[in-house]
Amino acid sequence: MNPFDELSIEESVRIREKERYPGGVEEIIALSIGPPKSVDILRTAMAMGADRSIFVEVKEGEEVEPLAVGKIIRKLVEREKVNLVVCGKQSIDDDSGQTGQIVAGLMGWGAATQASKVKFGEGGVEVEKEVDGGTETVRSKLPMVITTDLRLNEPRYASLPNIMKAKKKKIDKVTAEELGVSLERRLKTLKVIEPPPRKGGGKVEDVDGMISKLKELGAI
Amino acid sequence: LSSLAVLEQRDGKLNHGSLGAVTAAQKLGGSITAFVAGGNIKAVAEEAAKVNGIEKIIAVDNAAYDKGLPENYAPLLVENIRKGGYTHIIAGHTAFGKSLMPRLAALLDVQQISDITAIEDEKTFVRPIYAGNAIATVESSDNIKIITIRGTAFPAAEAEGGSASIEDGVDPKAECNTEWVSENLAKSDRPDLATAGKVVSGGRGLKSKEEFDRIMLPLADALGAAVGASRAAVDSGYADNSLQVGQTGKVVAPQLYLCAGISGAIQHLAGMKDSKVIAAINKDADAPIFQVADVGLVGDLFDKVPELTEKLNKQ
Repeated sequence: MNPFDELSIEESVRIREKERYPGGVEEIIALSIGPPKSVDILRTAMAMGADRSIFVEVKEGEEVEPLAVGKIIRKLVEREKVNLVVCGKQSIDDDSGQTGQIVAGLMGWGAATQASKVKFGEGGVEVEKEVDGGTETVRSKLPMVITTDLRLNEPRYASLPNIMKAKKKKIDKVTAEELGVSLERRLKTLKVIEPPPRKGGGKVEDVDGMISKLKELGAI
Repeated sequence: LSSLAVLEQRDGKLNHGSLGAVTAAQKLGGSITAFVAGGNIKAVAEEAAKVNGIEKIIAVDNAAYDKGLPENYAPLLVENIRKGGYTHIIAGHTAFGKSLMPRLAALLDVQQISDITAIEDEKTFVRPIYAGNAIATVESSDNIKIITIRGTAFPAAEAEGGSASIEDGVDPKAECNTEWVSENLAKSDRPDLATAGKVVSGGRGLKSKEEFDRIMLPLADALGAAVGASRAAVDSGYADNSLQVGQTGKVVAPQLYLCAGISGAIQHLAGMKDSKVIAAINKDADAPIFQVADVGLVGDLFDKVPELTEKLNKQ
């Protein structure tokens, strides 16, 4: 599981356990969109505390772009009457960092990205966000989207009894086609290359050697 | 081809870091319009009008846009893009661009291209994936291209030499269901990490916040460098979150990146391996950081860094 997704499940479970949301958390649904093997991620999410899962299965090797992911989430949010979407700030393969903001845009909801603290109060949901140079706090109301950043919480390990329990929890399968979402790509990958390797490995004996080498390289 | 560069402002001052969007627009060719919005925007618009290469500034004077909240800023851009008919919308891959541009893309039904490092032609862009371990070239089939750019790949356009016209933009005054409450920005007299020419960075090897400050800050001052840190150092509380360099922190590419007590995890390398010169001090001769360092010194940082600081100060 993407580490940011672990943070998202953990935060959802903590909101329930610590009764932070005034009305209580009715249900936590884990969602994954991916090839057959990604179903394992949902088992882990349920072992961490999600009640049930929805699995949108795509063909092995089929990459789903953030815009299509956002549209799938919109359909499921509407179908399941979800009022809080928590997701990671970015994937760790494509590194686009778009999905949460797209969902919020499609739904017309508020969004708090890169959350490091989430607080429920009288006036709504206060989220501390990581921004360039520090943090920023915004207040919004449900329904909304929160994307998680590294310092939001420390995800738990699933205990063996919970892993066993998770095996009995339900996973609904649905396809993008059934939801009426096209997976046609807007971005065509023309090529993927390895970045030119960096020629490192230069060593110096002492501090004087370091200073003269840095001078030679024009770095100081 | 006509580009709209979305510029950032703070307290009535243009953020010069956001002028990389203008540089990217220059690489695309075609006409360049810049967009600014916020309260008392006139001064910002006049500052932007002097930037080299911009033909026209679209300015929207409304304090509701001061904090760049995507909930009302994205609909604002939609209206102005419809009116101006731009083909390329460009912003920095900064906190502002990252929260705003995907929402804009959703409203326009476009698949955004995030964090690009090069432009091949008007529809073909280069971007790092897998934390910079692979470089993808992608071609967009959308009519409008929505792009965020990596700051280290597109230096800010020259702030002088231009004479753009200034025009009022349309203001749909969209409702905003999110309000800005407060901010807590790290204050420092040292250069800004993201744009500094020199960066000194400390890792887990510093052992505590006190030691981090005692060892690394004088070195930063001796070099006139910004201060960075590894995720391990940030997670252990040795340095502020905003100083984290790496895949999930800041990406930097200074002339000199000098690090101490950083072993060189792949996620850290993703944030600094495009630096011009990398120097490393670490007591473990097998640390992966030495494989990318141009100048490596094996030794105890608690001896070597103060000695380096002292010798630099004497020169």
